[in-house]
Amino acid sequence: MSYLEYTVRDVPSGARKILYLNWPLLLLLSAVACVGFLMLYSVAGGSLTPWAEPQMKRFAVGMLAMLIIAMVPIWFWRNMAGLAYGVSILLLVAVEVFGTIGMGAQRWIDLGFMRLQPSELMKIALVMMLAAYYEWLPMRKVSHPFWVAVPAFIILLPAALVLKQPDLGTALLLVFSGGGLMFLAGVHWAYFVAVIASGVGVVTTVLQSRGTDWQILKDYQYRRIDVFLDPASDPLGAGYHITQSKIALGSGGWTGRGFMQGTQTRLNFLPEKHTDFIFTTLAEEFGYVGGISLLLLYALILLFCIGTALTMRDRFSALMTLGITLTFFLYFAVNMSMVMGLAPVVGVPLPLVSYGGSAMLVLLLAFGLVQSAHVHKPR
Amino acid sequence: MRRPGRDNAESVRRFTRRGLFLGGLQLGFMGLLGVRMHFLQVDQADQFRLLAEENRINIRLLPPERGEIFDRNGRAIAVNKPSYRITMIREEAGDVEAVLTRLAQLIGMDDDQVKAARRDLQEARPDVQVTIADRVTWEAIARVSVNTPALPGVLPEVGLSRHYPMKGDFAHVVGYVGPVSDYDLSRIKAPAPLLLIPRFQIGKVGVEAKYEEALRGEAGTKRVEVNANNRVMRELDRREGKPGVNLQLTVDHALQNYAQARLGEQSASAVVIDCTNGDLLAVASTPSYDPNLFVRGISVPDYKALTENKYRPLASKSVQGLYPPGSTFKMITALAALEEGLISSQDTVYCPGHLTVSGRRFHCWKTYGHGHMTLEAALRESCDVYFYDLSLRVGIEKIASMGHRLGLGEELSVPMSAVAEGRVPTKEWKRQRFGKDWVLGDTVNASIGQGYVLTSPLQLAVMTARIASGRAIQPRLIKSIDGVEQPLETKAQPIGLNENNLRQIRQSMFAVTNNRHGTAYSSRILAEGMRMAGKTGTSQVRNISAAERREGVSQNADLPWERRDHALFVNFAPHDAPRIAVSVVVEHGGGGSTVAAPIARDITLQALFGGTPPLSAYPSSDRSRIKAQQERLEREQRDTGDDGRDRA
Repeated sequence: MSYLEYTVRDVPSGARKILYLNWPLLLLLSAVACVGFLMLYSVAGGSLTPWAEPQMKRFAVGMLAMLIIAMVPIWFWRNMAGLAYGVSILLLVAVEVFGTIGMGAQRWIDLGFMRLQPSELMKIALVMMLAAYYEWLPMRKVSHPFWVAVPAFIILLPAALVLKQPDLGTALLLVFSGGGLMFLAGVHWAYFVAVIASGVGVVTTVLQSRGTDWQILKDYQYRRIDVFLDPASDPLGAGYHITQSKIALGSGGWTGRGFMQGTQTRLNFLPEKHTDFIFTTLAEEFGYVGGISLLLLYALILLFCIGTALTMRDRFSALMTLGITLTFFLYFAVNMSMVMGLAPVVGVPLPLVSYGGSAMLVLLLAFGLVQSAHVHKPR
Repeated sequence: MRRPGRDNAESVRRFTRRGLFLGGLQLGFMGLLGVRMHFLQVDQADQFRLLAEENRINIRLLPPERGEIFDRNGRAIAVNKPSYRITMIREEAGDVEAVLTRLAQLIGMDDDQVKAARRDLQEARPDVQVTIADRVTWEAIARVSVNTPALPGVLPEVGLSRHYPMKGDFAHVVGYVGPVSDYDLSRIKAPAPLLLIPRFQIGKVGVEAKYEEALRGEAGTKRVEVNANNRVMRELDRREGKPGVNLQLTVDHALQNYAQARLGEQSASAVVIDCTNGDLLAVASTPSYDPNLFVRGISVPDYKALTENKYRPLASKSVQGLYPPGSTFKMITALAALEEGLISSQDTVYCPGHLTVSGRRFHCWKTYGHGHMTLEAALRESCDVYFYDLSLRVGIEKIASMGHRLGLGEELSVPMSAVAEGRVPTKEWKRQRFGKDWVLGDTVNASIGQGYVLTSPLQLAVMTARIASGRAIQPRLIKSIDGVEQPLETKAQPIGLNENNLRQIRQSMFAVTNNRHGTAYSSRILAEGMRMAGKTGTSQVRNISAAERREGVSQNADLPWERRDHALFVNFAPHDAPRIAVSVVVEHGGGGSTVAAPIARDITLQALFGGTPPLSAYPSSDRSRIKAQQERLEREQRDTGDDGRDRA
């Protein structure tokens, strides 16, 4: 979309842009974040420290950043896509080289005021890059093998770097959101069938390689798979997370034990209760009603995003919006599946609720892009 | 923006289609999550809620206070004393080494203890409370408490532990407690949860073991809320247990103490029984040991010293030791013959010093014989030939049945460890045991308590009490449980023997100690109304070879200790109105009259007077020696002193 077209069509400008923000989306995001504050307050035993307050501050900063991004025309961000992707790749390489050891894997870059996870940044950068790519690529070339190989490389390069960290969860998220974007862009479905089929083959191979000289995954990753398949096999060891999380969840019942009345999380039966497993606290204290409510909030966010994406006229905005939506979906879908024992334990936070700087900031930046696309769509 | 017309329109349509498809997939997956959530939180809620409670609520046992044991006068024999220990939690200590070093200086731990503590700490989970020092003094606890800020993770704890203020005096009767072992557990079907507590103390031997369940009591429980590290956050509720029962023994601690002291360091035992009701007033066995050593966990050298001692301090000789009763058995043979009407008081048997039976010559202890002997003279002077002759007329079966009537070869019901049944042989027994026929020589041997006859000191005391009272006295050790007097199962009934016969035996026994010719004349009691009747016994543990007999090597002093004769003595007193019966066995002590009888006499006097008897009770020739002995024993008793005085 050129600047000329913006002037021709009715695109909001100046301070009026604020009126054209997707306010329902903004409110929904805030609502989800508030659920997060509440839960962090609760797991800290009714205290703003050590989690709720920093989380609020980060949310405020993230919101501000989101609004600023939203005010900048979307075509500027489209032009930034290549740069963002390049910088993210460099950062991923950088953590490989200087990253400090945190939680058994090199995933952080210490920026002084916060620890940055380049893999988080990569999630948006990849979506932006692919969206920009498909806007540039003529529609009829979309399914050409060469023009399919290019985005595949764009996806697999960062995925490989992340996998090497090693962070299987995030690598898979990158592959899935990238693949989803290619699907949305209109790549022939036969490619996806082929990839899924070979994916199944790879998984089989990976499982088969266990215990051999060419074992592909780390032992702890295999153990996680084992435990996922049968949590009861090691209730105090590796299966502990899943078993305890299901117990906490299940003991919530219809309406839960009440705010700050959760016993399982408070008594430390659940590790990482403030990060990846925070959903269990919500489910224990507010029960099924609470859990479904959060799920509904997420569903509404999805619906609003899909709704606005379908009314966007330019390909970059639409693809990017749906790509970010998909990433967001993958976050909470994987996290909830893991907490409910439907997926192995991979370190994926519950978006906007789990305690953590990088993820929240990056997600709000991403929604800033969505807002920008929304604001600057011609009406 | 590119505007390739139809291409663009198609592209938008395809995007919309795929966008909706993918969006639908996402929402569908969320539906799945919702269903799963419903399944976990609603359908399976009860099950998970239960699991959550199990997670959160821990049931802790409250160990009951063990019942205490007292003597018949209420003196403490086994009590619970507060014991202090120092524990440490690794994760709270921070710098474990520094804290350990400081602690070691403070309470004086040696290098080995520090090393052991360090190892225990390393092996335990970081949040587990590990005992660093057990049974520390109150001063050490106070010192640790004062220095709490410098000792993070260190916690003093108070518990109860068993204490035996009488030390060795009751070691064989009451026994001791010790930490429950895997072996103990393997012998108990479905052990109580309490027993699974590490180092929980249970009775190992003696009354402590026999009354284990009653003494232990019942554990209470408390439900506590714990966190994931099992640390108690708060107590929810508690159900108090039941403390163990208190036992009162029939034993008199002063008499027991005297008996132990009088037996001294010899390998010996003594039993004092009340002739009227069977109460065991003293059940002594020496040498003894300090049961407190076992409560603490006995050290290897200490234990080795006890097991390797040839006097077997761990054995409870008074009930467990089996000895040929020797001449003390002669009352049985005599009574059997009297009851059969085979002899009267005037009948005599000629003793030429030996009797030949089936071609084998059986000797009397008096080489050249006693001459013509009546029953009284035969018992008084312990003539063997008289009883050889008698036994051949009565037969072993009658003798054995008389032995059983008087308690020999019977399993007496006393709650002590390893109470021996003993043996009074019969023809049937020998056939089963050895597959050989009974021969007359066996009867002859048995008639004077040798050969196959084996009795315990307790059985001898019961036998004497039955002769003295004419009643089927049963020994009783437990006087009351929690203040409730324990009646005997059956009130002692008359034993069913002819009173005239019994009187003859009693008179003969009186003669043993009061007739100038009696074997125990030198151990007579002079105190009026307290005179005793008794019988000496010297039982061989070896066969005297013909060569030895020829050379006259029958002097005990010439033999090694373990081949010397056992010295025995049984008596009752006062002879005309019996109150107590006593038996004394000194293992390999030599002669019954010279070794066992004086001890029995001293114990009898001590029991009858309820304290140190006046010297006038003794024959005048003995008085100076007895005076010295009394002073020595009193001094020793003072020195060993019992610290149970503070508790009544």
